[in-house]
Amino acid sequence: MHELAVTQGMLSVVLEHAEKAGAKKVTDIYLVIGDLSTFVDDSVQFYFDFLSKGTLAEGATLHFRRVPATFRCWDCGNTFTHNGRDLSCPRCGGSRLEIIAGKEFYVESIEVE
Amino acid sequence: MKVPVVKSILAANDQIAQENRQLFDEKGVMAVNIMASPGAGKTSLILRTIERLRDKARIGVIEGDVASSIDADRIAQEGVPVVQINTGGGCHLDANMLRAALPSLNLDELDILFIENVGNLICPANFRLGAHIQAMLASIPEGDDKPYKYPGMYQGVDALVVNKIDLLPYVRFDMERFRKGVAALNPDVAIFEVSCVTGKGVQDWAEWLMQKKDTLLRRG
Repeated sequence: MHELAVTQGMLSVVLEHAEKAGAKKVTDIYLVIGDLSTFVDDSVQFYFDFLSKGTLAEGATLHFRRVPATFRCWDCGNTFTHNGRDLSCPRCGGSRLEIIAGKEFYVESIEVE
Repeated sequence: MKVPVVKSILAANDQIAQENRQLFDEKGVMAVNIMASPGAGKTSLILRTIERLRDKARIGVIEGDVASSIDADRIAQEGVPVVQINTGGGCHLDANMLRAALPSLNLDELDILFIENVGNLICPANFRLGAHIQAMLASIPEGDDKPYKYPGMYQGVDALVVNKIDLLPYVRFDMERFRKGVAALNPDVAIFEVSCVTGKGVQDWAEWLMQKKDTLLRRG
């Protein structure tokens, strides 16, 4: 459900940059979404098709680049991706972790005509 | 033609959140965003905290719910100023909804504003409101695996209140495992084990809030 609000935000970012570039049409939108960001590709696409009707971005193709949840161990410095079960370092067993990637949610670039 | 953008999609929300924060700072109000799953006891915790603090601080409450004013009615019975936000299906409060609700409260007459977010462990973590304190409420029947399953929520909070400890004898809940998961994600978080039924532990949480408020006001 919360994808409606974020898709609206995404569309306004896209349109703002398209208008600034003097574009007539947006053909592609490149998004970066972290696995911890709680946004679902299909859901963003669903709302996008609906919200973009009648705008410069109508019919644009959405490209999703997912970023896996990546942690760094405070104890040994090892970086690893979240296996979805345990929250400890697979190398030293340390349990003090920092999330270093996976919360991204931004528009990387757009392709316009 | 490729146009580089690199702009956060939540930037518009973050901007409004910053404006909300400025308003709170100007008015000398400490805002506390309370997040939890449905039924963890958010409203009960707010009521228990009001009992402890009502002689020391002027308190207001904003209630976020998908529908109904059940929670706001409970708060209003205590004679505390309260505003209900109904998100109409939305699964979290965002900065704009909060901004729209603020004129309904007289912030000049408040010291602490509790914002009860919609019951949900996922998206409230992503939508900043402008609150000074991000507090999360967990409860014993939810299970000790929740930090492992909802790392985003546990990572970004300043305080973690663990409610319903009166149920520990009846529920399988390994506090050590729970705390280990929390420490992995958020080693500096302040943790309070409470029961809103017996009142145990609530005093520590209330005192922590007052300390935070005094520190913020001195800084402001």
